Amino acid sequence: MTATVQKMDAASAAASGAVGTMIKDAVAAALLAFFLCFPIIMLHAESDNDGNLFLTWRPWAVFIICVIAFAGRFAVSLYQARPVVDRPAVAAAPPSASATFIGRYVGVVGLVVLFLFPFITVALLGPGASLKWIDSYGIQILIYVMLGWGLNIVVGLAGLLDLGYVAFYAVGAYAYALLATTFGLSFWICLPMAGILAAFWGILLGFPVLRLRGDYLAIVTLAFGEMIRLVLINWIPFSGGYAGIASIPKISFFGLSMRDQPGNYADFLHIEYSPLHSKIFLYYVILCLALITNFVTLRLRRLPIGRAWEALREDEIACRSLGINTRNTKLTAFALGAFFGGLAGSFFAVRQGFISPESFTFNESATILAIVVLGGMGSQIGVALAAVFLIGGFELLRELEWMRQLMHVVFGIPDFDPAQYRGLLFGLAMVVMMVLRPRGFVSTRMPSIFLREKKAVSGSLVKEGHG
Amino acid sequence: MGNFLQQLINGLTLGSIYGLIAIGYTMVFGIIGMVNFAHGDLFMLSAFIALLIFLVLTKILGVTSLALAFVIVLVAGMVLTSVWNWTIERLAYRPLRGSFRLAPLISAIGMSIFLSNFVQVVQGPRNKPVPPMFNEVIHFSAGGSYDVTLQYKQLVIGFVTAVLLFAFWWLVQKTALGRAQRACEQDRKMASLLGIDVDRTISITFVIGAALAAVAGVLYMMYYGVVNFSDGFLPGVKAFTAAVLGGIGSLPGAVLGGLLIGLIEVFWSSYFSTDYKDVAAFAILAITLIFMPSGILGRPEIEKV
Repeated sequence: MTATVQKMDAASAAASGAVGTMIKDAVAAALLAFFLCFPIIMLHAESDNDGNLFLTWRPWAVFIICVIAFAGRFAVSLYQARPVVDRPAVAAAPPSASATFIGRYVGVVGLVVLFLFPFITVALLGPGASLKWIDSYGIQILIYVMLGWGLNIVVGLAGLLDLGYVAFYAVGAYAYALLATTFGLSFWICLPMAGILAAFWGILLGFPVLRLRGDYLAIVTLAFGEMIRLVLINWIPFSGGYAGIASIPKISFFGLSMRDQPGNYADFLHIEYSPLHSKIFLYYVILCLALITNFVTLRLRRLPIGRAWEALREDEIACRSLGINTRNTKLTAFALGAFFGGLAGSFFAVRQGFISPESFTFNESATILAIVVLGGMGSQIGVALAAVFLIGGFELLRELEWMRQLMHVVFGIPDFDPAQYRGLLFGLAMVVMMVLRPRGFVSTRMPSIFLREKKAVSGSLVKEGHG
Repeated sequence: MGNFLQQLINGLTLGSIYGLIAIGYTMVFGIIGMVNFAHGDLFMLSAFIALLIFLVLTKILGVTSLALAFVIVLVAGMVLTSVWNWTIERLAYRPLRGSFRLAPLISAIGMSIFLSNFVQVVQGPRNKPVPPMFNEVIHFSAGGSYDVTLQYKQLVIGFVTAVLLFAFWWLVQKTALGRAQRACEQDRKMASLLGIDVDRTISITFVIGAALAAVAGVLYMMYYGVVNFSDGFLPGVKAFTAAVLGGIGSLPGAVLGGLLIGLIEVFWSSYFSTDYKDVAAFAILAITLIFMPSGILGRPEIEKV
């Protein structure tokens, strides 16, 4: 009896001690937050018209951040101190039957939803409001799904870390824009040409970097990506420089114009013209392009070249000693990834009607790579999920009008603009998701070749490659 | 000749700034094999911190001695930027240690996006004009017709860079801390077996890198007289180029690479065209890596099977 009481006393003493430590930690975190914020948030330098800077103080913002840091650290301590249930350590747990079940059907369900998406939105929201949803969510996300799948060939399958993927996107976009505005070629002729040109650039830029590995490869591809952008900025007679290329011809419906003019598709089909039609058409075009990317990747994984990519990712030296031509293997991966990047780029140009080097910055490359890594490298469905999450979330942050109202009415802050926090939250989300799930959303991989029985393996058993 | 001398002075000034940033890249890469993409943005953040402290000193506290204000800004900037980098390492990189190679890279890219947007949100997107300081100029007339000038700012930059580089070189070469740092660079597991606190050593590496980036930030702010939230990316990439050119992992290499990149950029702008100066820097990066992957002073990487 006394023993149990003593034990309980000891436990509560330990608990109060633990709470003391937690509070101490939380105070430390608040202090740290104060030091971090001290000049950069507390003070705001604004210049007047004469170019003189004057300072304004914002102590409340710093106070709020310190309180958040205190509460956040305390919550983390509480979470870490929760009673730990002993779970058997699982290094590479075989996925349960339910996981494979979901893996099998989520793709089919997703596909059906994707094909019905325009009709669902039109039915739910009406033609006016659905335009935005199809355009800035449907089409925008699908472009990134396609780019993610394209880069997945290079990074996820072949294990070559490419930080300049946006270069091929730019090549595709400028290829269509220039061919269409100079020679008046139609989108459907330019699309494959843009892809082939981008693939050609992929080989051209892939050749010099064949010997490089790991981070060196990443940096050189980054340099190439930036060089292409800087050339586009500076070579004004060719690309228009910063001004870019405007009035790029719109997409045609199998040769029929989709603009509001006589002889367009509406006259041909005897239906009422609506701008929604061309958006829905664009949606299906990018959906088909993305699905083609996926289909080609899945098929190629079963061919010798796809197996060679994955072998290269796992161990380059073993690969070479088994007689695989690593040069051709790497170049095909670069070329194919670039090809799909080019297709996506020319779609981007036809959808926007205007392109400039601003659309092809390093941030785009970083976003696409983040989609691939967050999705779980090499996992097709994971990449698609990550694109929906990142790009959809990024677009959703535009829709924070209610928050602006709230800040205005409740806190009396008149010019609070939630949209300006988009980039900040985007960067933070990348860090947080990486820290929580370094292996990506989808943690299992299906091997493309197997003995007797197809078994999913843990993502942590798959190497990320050295090339 | 006059033009050549002038460009030489300008190039060495710019190169000193690149060299200071490059050390942060090269040390972090040496110890944990990670390209710290956020380093360029940290440099930009430090320039903002320095500007704000400078304004507090001159406008609110009424410090009139420019030299005193400059020293205080330098020290405070180094301390606060170090606190930032320490926190970033703690929150964004340390949990990913021992995870696969791409995880810290993506985390660093996210951090870079976060930092530039953070500064944009809290300080506004417009350029901040910095109050001019050290504006006196020394005139030479080396070639006769061409007036070669050496600004006081450039002297200050050269002096501060030289002193701090010497101090940090001493720190890394001669102290127990530096020995621990170099030991971790060679073999982290063995170092921890011999009783070195590896996590602490890595934190200190980030702190040193941040302190030098802060020096570069202060000098950059003073030299160019304007700061903007997007100023981090290009100097960051060029400093990384410098680190690679000099041989990544090597401290003298980083400084040498920085000076070379600064000189190449300035001479290219002067003799060819300003438009393509960034292309030239990137082309040098690519060419160096392709033909000389271990850089000028780096050790070749030997792969054991």
